[in-house]
Amino acid sequence: MRKLVSLFLALALVFHVIRVQSQRLTEEEEFSEDLLLRPLPDGKVLAHFLFTNLLPPVKSHGHHHHRLFPKAIYQLVQKYHIQQMELSFTQGRWDYQRWGALDPITSANAKPIGVELWAVFDVPKDKVDATWRNLTHALSGLFCASINFLESPAIVATPGLQRGVSGYLRYGALPREAVCTENLTPWLKLLPCRDKAGLTTLLERPRIYNGHYHSLRIHLKSGEFNKNGPEGGTSLRQSLTLVLKPSKSAVVPERLKSLHSNWSLYLLFKKSLVGKCPLASSSQVHLELEGSLVKGLQNHATTEFLFISLWFDVADESQIVDKLNVVDNPGYLLMNALPNRILKEIPKSEWEEEQSVHVPCLLLDFEVQDYSKAYPLNVGLSWRAPIAWVPRQGPFRVTRFLTGSGNERGSIAIVLKANSESYLRSCSKFTPENKDAQVCALDEGASGIDVTIFEMVPWYVRLYFHTLKVVLDGQQVALRDVAKWMRVSPSEDRKSPAVLEMQLQVPYNTSVISLTVEFDKGYLRIDEHPPDANRGFDLPSALFTFPQLQTARSYGFVNTTANAVFDQPFFQTLLEEQLVQIYSENLLVHLATPDFSMPYNVITFTMTVLALYFGSLLNVLRRRLGEEERLQAKTTGSQHAGKLMTLISKYFGKRSDSKHNVQTRTPLLKLVLIISVAAGIAIYYILGL
Amino acid sequence: MQSVKTGTGSMSTKMVTLWGGLLLSVAIRFLLSAMGSASLLGRRLEVVSPVTSLTRLAEGQWLKQLGLSPYAGSVYHGSPLLLSLLGPFIGNRRDMLLIIESERSDLCSFWVFVAADLIGALLLRSMGESLESAHIHHLSLLGLISEQIPTSDSKAKSQGSGRWGTGNTAALFYLLNPFTIAVCIGGSTSPIENMLTILALYGAIAGIVPLAGFGWAMATHVGMYPAILFIPIACLLANGPDGPPSKLYKSPELVQAVHDRDGKCSSESGNFHQQPAMHVIKSSNTNVTLSLGAKCLVVLKLIMWSAISWLCILGLCKFSLHEHASLHDMWSETYRFILTVEDLSPNLGVFWYFFTEVFDFFRPFFIMVFHSNIVFMVMPLTIRLHHRPVFLAFTLTAISSMLKSYPSVGDAALYLGLMCLCIHQLSGLQYFYLLLNGYFFTAIIGPVMYNLWIWRGTGNANFYFAMNLVYATLQTVLIVESSSTIIRYDRNLKKQSVKRSRTST
Repeated sequence: MRKLVSLFLALALVFHVIRVQSQRLTEEEEFSEDLLLRPLPDGKVLAHFLFTNLLPPVKSHGHHHHRLFPKAIYQLVQKYHIQQMELSFTQGRWDYQRWGALDPITSANAKPIGVELWAVFDVPKDKVDATWRNLTHALSGLFCASINFLESPAIVATPGLQRGVSGYLRYGALPREAVCTENLTPWLKLLPCRDKAGLTTLLERPRIYNGHYHSLRIHLKSGEFNKNGPEGGTSLRQSLTLVLKPSKSAVVPERLKSLHSNWSLYLLFKKSLVGKCPLASSSQVHLELEGSLVKGLQNHATTEFLFISLWFDVADESQIVDKLNVVDNPGYLLMNALPNRILKEIPKSEWEEEQSVHVPCLLLDFEVQDYSKAYPLNVGLSWRAPIAWVPRQGPFRVTRFLTGSGNERGSIAIVLKANSESYLRSCSKFTPENKDAQVCALDEGASGIDVTIFEMVPWYVRLYFHTLKVVLDGQQVALRDVAKWMRVSPSEDRKSPAVLEMQLQVPYNTSVISLTVEFDKGYLRIDEHPPDANRGFDLPSALFTFPQLQTARSYGFVNTTANAVFDQPFFQTLLEEQLVQIYSENLLVHLATPDFSMPYNVITFTMTVLALYFGSLLNVLRRRLGEEERLQAKTTGSQHAGKLMTLISKYFGKRSDSKHNVQTRTPLLKLVLIISVAAGIAIYYILGL
Repeated sequence: MQSVKTGTGSMSTKMVTLWGGLLLSVAIRFLLSAMGSASLLGRRLEVVSPVTSLTRLAEGQWLKQLGLSPYAGSVYHGSPLLLSLLGPFIGNRRDMLLIIESERSDLCSFWVFVAADLIGALLLRSMGESLESAHIHHLSLLGLISEQIPTSDSKAKSQGSGRWGTGNTAALFYLLNPFTIAVCIGGSTSPIENMLTILALYGAIAGIVPLAGFGWAMATHVGMYPAILFIPIACLLANGPDGPPSKLYKSPELVQAVHDRDGKCSSESGNFHQQPAMHVIKSSNTNVTLSLGAKCLVVLKLIMWSAISWLCILGLCKFSLHEHASLHDMWSETYRFILTVEDLSPNLGVFWYFFTEVFDFFRPFFIMVFHSNIVFMVMPLTIRLHHRPVFLAFTLTAISSMLKSYPSVGDAALYLGLMCLCIHQLSGLQYFYLLLNGYFFTAIIGPVMYNLWIWRGTGNANFYFAMNLVYATLQTVLIVESSSTIIRYDRNLKKQSVKRSRTST
């Protein structure tokens, strides 16, 4: 009988597996891996790993077997109805001045220090907070981080900027969270090949944590939910953005000192790339040369280097961009590998194309599958001439700082300084008499640059919004004149942070915008202080966006203006219309601390004072006339009580022979005692502790 | 004829001194304000508390202008009526939406507070006058000062008396008290709160029940703690102003003595001493004390008027809050905020550090203990001091100012002003010198300690808290000593009146 049952069960299992198999055949999961390398103007190299995992919509209800998509993430999406979620672990600060601010990679991956999490839920409104709480705990377990601290509503904001989504958005940041390899390991576990094959083999821990910037990021996107799950399928983008400094060789000839140091994949990671992840549908390494770099190279190119034809096979014979040979030119030499194809940025508008200053970026693609253990992909650049270039920057660069001294109050100042090379700025420069303003302004009819500010401040920094001042180029302006809209939600003690969202519209020629807002520092309970309270409290970064600027970047084949459609997820990511985001620095606020060592002393001292008040007042009120007189009679009658007083009065050189003296001095003695006790307490406090 | 002349002469000098003092106090305020001490004092924790701060009021006004609830966020904790009253001045003063840096609104808010102080002082003055006349009346009834003021026209005499009265002392002391001045120019709503409290007491002394009810309701609405003043106000209305315990008039010794005296007097010299004694007997039954029914009626009237005032206040609050916030928000941001001690920023009280340090699970218990310390004392004090309602009011104010969640020197200004009203009775106060020096000491060392802790970082919180303990002890000594002085005074009064009755026989 038992055998029969087990046979039946086994059969059922087999059928089930077959059914699942047949389901899987109809829907394709897709995984792809990409690595983008970009030389940065200060000699460092940006390495951006992108792993995209696409899950098509699930047709039926119930359990599913996923081939590639991580189950843990799928369960999160299913359970908490996450429409979008982004989690980032960041170490180091993105240098917007040197590393750029206006391209899709930067805008999406330059994150504030610590942990940042935002999520959009497709759940009823009353369940949002509970869902968020559960999500933070789940993620905390999943990524070995203290994301669960974000469950406290005191540090979670509900931004009004809905980021183009219909669900409920929650935003939280832990600026103090340390990011370590223990966060990377669970992140790698979500990948089908982990770090056993493909691009992830490059991730040598000491190298990547030695970098100047390190941002581990997870972006999850799914559409509306039906009863089976997300309707439009789910996409999971895992990215790791690193800024690494190639080590200079020990002996550098004097004439090469000014050059950027040469780098290659091996030099950067101390690992060689030997092949792709077998489960990945595509595995590519991209080398991106920024437009301004290309321009610099063009300027540097001398005539004798013109048109050295490439020997490798390409799709189009016009692979040479303008007058530049991408592989071997006076500026640099591409080492060890030749690109499989070369793409050129398609300008977004005609106006952009006309501008001679705007040179398109170049993208050199390498297929990882073409390389093997015997011949690893070790793409690199060897610089030949010192080339200086400036990355594309947003209209403003941002600093935020605290002013004031002492632990009572202060103010937060935000200063936005205009970048001279800004996109919008150049546009305003070219249209002095406002004739071509329509072409210039991306937003039709816009009369200035829009800046959106999102700032979240914990409750213990008590902002006084009425002190919010906006100063444009040293001229204070009324908030009503510059703010397009503003959304303020003041902080509730221990319940919610203060959130300030506003969109400013400033004239094109504004060079400095500064905002200040005053605050009082709050006082925390002894148990609300972190273990190292005297270090201070980090305030999360403020986020600045420029609604008129989009970071989408599309690539096409060289010499064709048509937008070639690359359906690889990497290009789709670049194509996404995103706002230009700039995060400010974290702030460190020092709060006055209580004495952590003496709760008992405080309790006893306070209670002593209370007892003194209660007891003595009650004593005064309780005493009745007869009793008082009896007491007086007793005092005058007895000689013992008088002895002390006689002694004291002798000491002071007075006689206490009269009854009257004794009567008045007894309470005096009592009071002197009380006062001396109080003074003793005070002196003990002041001197001793 | 001559006495009348001197009376008017001293009266004119008295008026000159009084009005000169008033002018001087206004001038001091104006000077300090013009020197910009508002910005210096505006965020001093001794001057402003989270409940009375004008900075917070400005924030509430800003939020209100933006169409939000003024109670959004835990910034504003005052009454919506104050917001409507002061908001336009204060809000405009620092309005960054429009940038009106107008001197005019600055001055307006300054004059509002000065006016509140002046009104408070004048009310104190008239309170003092009626207290003094009652005092003289009682003394003469007891036959202690009968030789100075003939009993027949004692009332008229005392009202237009040439002496420098308690009222004037109290008014000038209230106005020239550094605490009052600091609070007035420092950006705190305490002057208005104090004025309302004094108004309620004045209404009670003057026997204007609606005014007393209104004042009490307003003061309670604005500051919560004046709620316990209902008892002294009711006592004032029912028993009249401060006097010796009514028992005194009925005490067998005194009555016997008076009887004896009367008997002898009447037998010896006919009618001469008849009148005062008769007056004593009469007054103990009719003049001073109302009948029980009338007392109940007055208290009922008071309750009714307070209820009506409360209804009006709530209606006005509702109106001024529009749809931005509900009354529930108002309760939770004002009374609940005061009761639960949510804001732990340092102040003059002992709560803040205690609740910073105490373990979380003890918090509700200790909050209960601390607040009940105020309430528990109301009953014994009332039983013992019900015949001296103004003094009772002083004691209760002092106690609540000591055990308040967010005290400031404004509370001290109020109780010191009220204390001045009982100056005759408290003339025997011991350790006055010590107390005075104690106040100076805390007023100087407190800010120094705070500076060491917060600004210089060389001290820690204990430095400042020690000063809070000293301040609380000082207030305790003041309360206890003045209570015992009053009780002693009553006892002496009894003794003396009995003695006098005996000697006069």
